[in-house]
Amino acid sequence: MSRLPSGGLIDRSVTLPFRFDGRQLHGHPGDTLASALLASGVRVAGHSVNLGRPRGIFTAGPEEPNALVRVGADPMLAATTVELHAGLEAWSLRGKGRLDPGAVDDRRHDKGYLHCEVLVVGGGPAGLAAALAAGESGLRVILVDDQPRLGGDLLGSRVLLDGAPALGWVAAAESRLAALPEVRVLTRTTATGFYDHGYVVAVERRPLGERLWHFRAGRVVLATGAHERSLPFPGNDLPGVMLAAAARTYANRYGVRPGARAVVYACADSGYEAARDLAAAGVEIAAVVDPRPEGLSGALAGRVTGTVAGDDGTLAAVLIADRRVEADLLAVAGGWNPAVHLFSQSQGRLWFDETLRAFVPGEPAQAVSPAGACRGLYGTAQAIEDGYRAGAEAHGRVAGLRVPVSDEEALRPPAAYWGELDPDPTAFVDLQRDVTVADVARATGAGMRSVEHVKRFTTASTGADQGKTSGALVVGVLSELLGAAPGQVGVTTFRPPYTPVSFATLAGRDRGPLSDPARTTAMHGAHVARGAVFEDVGQWKRPWYFPLSGETMREAVRRECEAARTAVAAMDASTLGKIDIRGADAGAFLDRIYTNMYSTLAIGACRYGLMCTADGMVFDDGTTTRLGEHHYLMTTTTGNAAAVLDWLEEWHQTEWPSLDVRFTSVTDHWATVAVAGPLAGRVIAAVAPEAVGLAFMRYTDATVLGVPGRVFRISFSGELAYEVNVPWHHGRALWEAVLDLGAVPYGTETMHVLRAEKGFPIVGQDTDGTVTPQDLGMSWIVSGRKPDFVGKRSHTRPDTSRTDRKRLVGLLTEDPSAFVEEGAQLVADGVMLGHVTSSYPSVPLGRAISLALARNVSPGDRLTAISGDTTIPVRVVSPVFYDPDNHRRDGGPTPQNPPPQAIPPSEITPASPQGVVSSEVTPGSSGGVVSSEATPSSPQGAVPSEVTPVSPQGRVSSEVTPVSPQGRVSSEVTPVSPQGVVSSEVTSGSPGGAVSSEVTPTRPEGTVSSGGGGFPVLRMWAESPAAGFKERFAAVGGGRVRVREVPFVPMWEVRGEEPGKGMRLGPEWWLVAGEVEPGPGWVDVSGQRTVIELTGPGALDVLITGCPIDLHPGVFTGHAQTVLGKAPVILQRYGDLYRIFVRSSYANYLGEWLIDALEG
Amino acid sequence: MMLIDCPFCGPRDENEFHYGGQAGIAYPEAPGELSDAEWAEYVFMRDNPRGWFRERWFHGLGCRTWFTVERHTVTHEIRKAP
Repeated sequence: MSRLPSGGLIDRSVTLPFRFDGRQLHGHPGDTLASALLASGVRVAGHSVNLGRPRGIFTAGPEEPNALVRVGADPMLAATTVELHAGLEAWSLRGKGRLDPGAVDDRRHDKGYLHCEVLVVGGGPAGLAAALAAGESGLRVILVDDQPRLGGDLLGSRVLLDGAPALGWVAAAESRLAALPEVRVLTRTTATGFYDHGYVVAVERRPLGERLWHFRAGRVVLATGAHERSLPFPGNDLPGVMLAAAARTYANRYGVRPGARAVVYACADSGYEAARDLAAAGVEIAAVVDPRPEGLSGALAGRVTGTVAGDDGTLAAVLIADRRVEADLLAVAGGWNPAVHLFSQSQGRLWFDETLRAFVPGEPAQAVSPAGACRGLYGTAQAIEDGYRAGAEAHGRVAGLRVPVSDEEALRPPAAYWGELDPDPTAFVDLQRDVTVADVARATGAGMRSVEHVKRFTTASTGADQGKTSGALVVGVLSELLGAAPGQVGVTTFRPPYTPVSFATLAGRDRGPLSDPARTTAMHGAHVARGAVFEDVGQWKRPWYFPLSGETMREAVRRECEAARTAVAAMDASTLGKIDIRGADAGAFLDRIYTNMYSTLAIGACRYGLMCTADGMVFDDGTTTRLGEHHYLMTTTTGNAAAVLDWLEEWHQTEWPSLDVRFTSVTDHWATVAVAGPLAGRVIAAVAPEAVGLAFMRYTDATVLGVPGRVFRISFSGELAYEVNVPWHHGRALWEAVLDLGAVPYGTETMHVLRAEKGFPIVGQDTDGTVTPQDLGMSWIVSGRKPDFVGKRSHTRPDTSRTDRKRLVGLLTEDPSAFVEEGAQLVADGVMLGHVTSSYPSVPLGRAISLALARNVSPGDRLTAISGDTTIPVRVVSPVFYDPDNHRRDGGPTPQNPPPQAIPPSEITPASPQGVVSSEVTPGSSGGVVSSEATPSSPQGAVPSEVTPVSPQGRVSSEVTPVSPQGRVSSEVTPVSPQGVVSSEVTSGSPGGAVSSEVTPTRPEGTVSSGGGGFPVLRMWAESPAAGFKERFAAVGGGRVRVREVPFVPMWEVRGEEPGKGMRLGPEWWLVAGEVEPGPGWVDVSGQRTVIELTGPGALDVLITGCPIDLHPGVFTGHAQTVLGKAPVILQRYGDLYRIFVRSSYANYLGEWLIDALEG
Repeated sequence: MMLIDCPFCGPRDENEFHYGGQAGIAYPEAPGELSDAEWAEYVFMRDNPRGWFRERWFHGLGCRTWFTVERHTVTHEIRKAP
């Protein structure tokens, strides 16, 4: 074994040092790790997985079963597929990969999406011919090949085409392809999966990392070649036994002599080609053994019956019946298996060709054209001719390309022979899995007949190579054992991936913070600056609590709860879903969706509602407000916002299209601050004086710190509370102002405690899709007057009207210091009755409170809560723990005049049969709540005496002082600086990307202050969603791509009537952007999205790493709604300028995603 | 990854869509007049054929349109619903 002095496709002028199992070795550019190991005399490349037998390099491609290595962070690669580079360090494996926890993978893997008319897999003679035939007729073609250079099998052969080395034909084809602008050639790219509708996934190996390509092709030409196979005979696994074509490839392509003295086992004619080329490389051919009766002259008729190992465990001699022939190389040509993996993955049928003795493609299931050796046409000229045919199939024209003349002889059929059915324990069918003929015989002996069963029983073909060399052998041996034809036995299912793909490659750049988009609100930067601890709610990052220095979570939540109950606190409620609903039938539509009535709601009033799915189960809740005669605003839970909008559109489009109603998401447009607590009125007096007198469950438009906003008086805490809305750009300024006024910021944990104290359930926490409104004790919200609403009929089904359904109840521990974990099981007399859904320590009660779903329980019942090893005695109570009479809703007592403590547990009223505690209080939910109107007895939908007297605090305005329960000295409070983010760059938003000169911001910095004394100066300013990226955007991209935000582009969504301008997004849906006069009914969504602009020649290369639609400049000429990375976007193109309209909450994610793309 | 032909946006990857189940299941005119069994039939029972199936899709990440196609449940071939 040694390197030949000349020949092959390696560069001997450059030496590449590498290490294998710690040994320092050398190779050359053009080598694989396997060829360099052979050239260095390494015969044992590893040991087998179960038996620990030494194994050598067996193949020269991805079908390798033996030579598995660990390289860097890659736990298991075939040495035959690893391109050699200087400094490569590889370790042999014993059949199994090993993850090295210390390995650092600093490569940058990425993705890419491309579309084409013809995808050609394989760059050998058939694939090149197909790409030429398709490409030269003008089609968009992608050609992928797994090798560093094109040529396929010709790289390892000495075939002459038209009398010249075949690589000359390859080079000519390659240069013709390079001249075609619509042909893209990707080398080092392995197509690993073929899925539905022409979808093919491939892995490109690049120095900086792999790229996972997603191709969508109109037609796929599979020119994937064929794999040679071995035969079972005793000792067929010794190092030194190699496939004949591989031995030939090592000699011809890599200039390596794979042995000094060889026996060639020619069950197929490829053995003779190997013998000829090995002899030319200086290998002594001791014998050519041909089992076929018509063996060529010089060949030994017969069969290889065994091998003999030398002292080092490698091949020393070959046994041919009673003859012993000394040899260190046994080149086995057992026949060919067309590489039908991708064809089979595409659901195409295979059939067994008795002449070729191989499974070949039959009826395709998609637009697939197998070509060349992939369908059993092994000759070079044959393959080229077949490639032309396949390439022309895509356009139906004859290619008119010339087929060169080959010097190959016609191939005769391989031997009709599957090897000896020898029970010898070393006659292997699967080298990687150590499966022998005897193992297969054991399976059939146990009664198995199906190849699928035998595969699972023996584990044959389940290794990393997925049986590329063994699969056909298993079928062959099985057919012999069962006496059935191979075609009757059939093959096991081929599944992706064709070769192993690492998880890091599948993830690409979607790692760490980019693994899942984090949606953030306008106030996010402020929360981060305050040290908020975040909680994930759906994709949103919501502040969970705001710890002060040194505070534990429990201490922080306690402080936040106290502030809300005794003074004033504020929460970022921007994440609640908000849906603008318009149309003459909007009220009628809502009546059908919600369980209660909305068509009769007074303009300006809010109402809490539940919606159910058709099976009657609670789906979502929230408040909906009537803004005008034909105009409502719905709020949804944070996690369900998208699902609710989908739900509304589904019912409207598919069931009631005649109703005049239109839905527009305005979730990101409005930033919302919930201000809660007995002193909330003072904060409102300062930021939105017009809203001070607002009655409970009422809404008003109001000027908020100088900008138009909306204020709702709804409460999810039971305290006097307002929800103040301003457009996104002003959200942070509003938040800072509210906090400057002394409101204590609180997070979702405090919100949960406050609502639980009031017994308000959270959909998705206290419900799980099996809970009806009645189960929640909310029969009062289920209209009995409406003829129908979604879910109504289900409420009288036998199952939903059972009396022993689980219902929402409250729980208190018998021991006031005990705490029941959420999820704890509730048991009485050994019977499981339900489980705990919410559990918190309550400040006003001085003990833990819990909500639970339980059946057959009544207030006063004693149960046991079991969680893990803990059992805690508990007592059933009403779910309303705090202020059951709603005394605090309008402000309640002030800190100077402390409220009565919450009801002593012993006095908590038993729940009524419906679970409603008092006739006036009822559970509400998100954002929403409660109301005097919503009593079980009151007629649904009426707007009764909900107009409550304006609370005394509400009127205070000129004398407002910041309330500061934490002792912050208000007169010294200076406004938190807005980080200097003030827009000075506003563009017209007009198409063409022209940036107007710096103009005055549309929403100029304003100062709203009643002035005087210690009153803090409250400032309003505007901050665009991607403002934080300005400098980083400017710093990336080099000369090829420029990225920037175009902030503050005014935008409207228009539904129904064609606006005559803007982008059409759907059948009756437009987005109008820019400085235009809005038409009637246009919904202002200026805060819903921002615009990020990508320009330059490299822009398209960035976009195809994350956008799955066809962005070919000849195809994508306008705009499209789709995804980029993992963010929904509207993409608009002008030449090489792209505008990305992205939801404001996704701007942080998309900004990071773009920077990550541009830094790579 | 199937390629679904949205009537407004054209062919798009399957993951831009939500599946809407069997098509042609109309909401009953008067649910209150149905027996429990008839109502359960509407709410819970759907066909599950081997072969062509009329089904609804919603292009949630595109034009937000509901539409009906026929899909072959074995081959995933998709064609316009008649």
